[in-house]
Amino acid sequence: MGRHELKSILPAGSYYFSGDEAVAEGAIAARCGYCAGYPITPATETLERISVRFEKIGAVFMQMEDEIASICSCIGASWAGAKAMTITSGPGFSLMQEGIGYASFTETPVVIVNTQRSGPSTGQATRVGSGDIMQAKWGSHGDSQNIALSPWSVQELYDQTIRAFNLAERYRVPVLLMAEEATAHLRERIQVSEKVVLFHREKKAGAPPFGTRENDGVPPMPVFGEGEKLLVTGSTHDEFGVRRITDPVLQEKLVHRLHDKIRNNRRDIIQYENHYLEDATIAVVCYGFTARSSLFAVERLRDEGKKIGVVRLKTLWPFPEELISNIGAKMKKILVPEMNMGQVVGEVMKYACCEVIPYSQANGEIISPDTIIEQLRRL
Amino acid sequence: MVRELEQYLRPGIGITTFCPGCGEAILMGLILRAIDELQLNMDEMLFVSGIGCAAWIPSPYFNADTLHTLHGRTIAFATGAKLVNPKLNVVVISGDGDLSDIGGNHLIHGARRNIDLTVICANNMNYGMTGGQVCSTTPLGAITMTTHQGNPYRPFDLCRLVKAAGAVYVARYAVTQPFALIKSLKKALQTTGFSFVEAVTPCPVQFGRRNNLGSPADMLKDIMSRCIMKDQAEKLSPEELKDRIITGVFRDEAD
Repeated sequence: MGRHELKSILPAGSYYFSGDEAVAEGAIAARCGYCAGYPITPATETLERISVRFEKIGAVFMQMEDEIASICSCIGASWAGAKAMTITSGPGFSLMQEGIGYASFTETPVVIVNTQRSGPSTGQATRVGSGDIMQAKWGSHGDSQNIALSPWSVQELYDQTIRAFNLAERYRVPVLLMAEEATAHLRERIQVSEKVVLFHREKKAGAPPFGTRENDGVPPMPVFGEGEKLLVTGSTHDEFGVRRITDPVLQEKLVHRLHDKIRNNRRDIIQYENHYLEDATIAVVCYGFTARSSLFAVERLRDEGKKIGVVRLKTLWPFPEELISNIGAKMKKILVPEMNMGQVVGEVMKYACCEVIPYSQANGEIISPDTIIEQLRRL
Repeated sequence: MVRELEQYLRPGIGITTFCPGCGEAILMGLILRAIDELQLNMDEMLFVSGIGCAAWIPSPYFNADTLHTLHGRTIAFATGAKLVNPKLNVVVISGDGDLSDIGGNHLIHGARRNIDLTVICANNMNYGMTGGQVCSTTPLGAITMTTHQGNPYRPFDLCRLVKAAGAVYVARYAVTQPFALIKSLKKALQTTGFSFVEAVTPCPVQFGRRNNLGSPADMLKDIMSRCIMKDQAEKLSPEELKDRIITGVFRDEAD
């Protein structure tokens, strides 16, 4: 229970992996006990690797009949005591939304890897996009607060998969790993360290599973089959899971706690990287693969003496409001390049007091450093 | 006798949500009798239910682990739990709309995979909780809130469907056949693999009233008169079997 250090299952060393493979290995390192999914480009390779690797480590892999069944079986598995994960891309992510909302409301730890491709609809299945960022926030009906991470490299697909499990277990929440086709199909060398720091859900016999007086707002998580006689429901419930489907006070209290347990812990959850901000007057706020191009572009322009910095968001939800507010106060302009029609830029505009300029590219290709250089020269 | 079953009910439960005359309350008692006769340990059981009247049978009333899930997805949730902890005795209890309309795909795939689940389907031939709309088991011609001219579509024969999909135990009885139903539920609970029991149950408030089926007692009598054992049914023509409910065990791989 709680935080502890375990041996990584892969022997320590250097590996040449695709992003999809790194996700599979990250899940294994995190001690994922159940993975269910449905084949979908560009995430299929993760499922294929897991189907082979899980057999060897005694974890359960299940190819379900669709993505709805995949997420639902993960929730069942999580309550039966396993760390659970599903892997998909846009169309499957859309199908999963009701299940993600259920996981949120029942406080079920589960990891959802969405290897984004270009959309909408079937779009271009083999091409990259980053159009599901707002869906990660608002995809399921009703208000919910989930955690969404954005990896920019194969190394980070490994590291953030582990972190996604840790956050899911720590805060009893669905964690969405918003991967992108470009990184999933990229091959890079990664380092696997000997030890891995993991968090396992905390159990406390007899404690209410849906309420707590602790400051972090996270109740302990019991498991089926241990005589707790649990009531788990997607209806509004009291701290013992008893349905209260018309009680306004309880509904308000529950929704607030679920928001607060994420928002009040955002310092622990939110991660980002700042580059060259000390003297900068212009910042590029970026995430995922686009951050690679952005950093490359900014370094070229700095060689010419341009005072530009980069803020790379590793956590997209909860949104790093304070960070953007502070950066906005120091900069003259912020450029937000995205592989969508402008999603995170709206959030940046909400919190930054300087001029915020979007750059949208939704053609199924990565945004090249040259494109970002061109955009920055225009500012 | 009845008092002895209270040990299986969650303490503090005073009333149920079932309408007066609802057959699902009868089914609830029969399930508990089957559990009691088998002396099953409630601490090792997990009851998974979906959305609808029948989903309330185990949750919140049964004093065991219960997972009240999304509409139609019971079998997927149950599959994940069973695979992670095979020691759990996983029982799905839900309605016909939940299991065979919105959840139809999961039902046939669950049967095909033959994972060790017991699925109990309360078939009241309509969506009761939302006020009596047509569903995949509504008889041809029946009046519902969304078929005012009569249901134009043929219903599913759930037992044939699930049997064809690969379930190892498949049976149908009405709540008017309590002893046969208890025996069948016991068999399903003891079967390793995907077992399916369809319990035909009256819905006087939403279905009976719109189809002039009379009082709850009249509906029970009507069901009783329409039930026919599988062996007898085999001797009759399709015309003679019109409106009849064929009951019995349709598959038992242990036999």
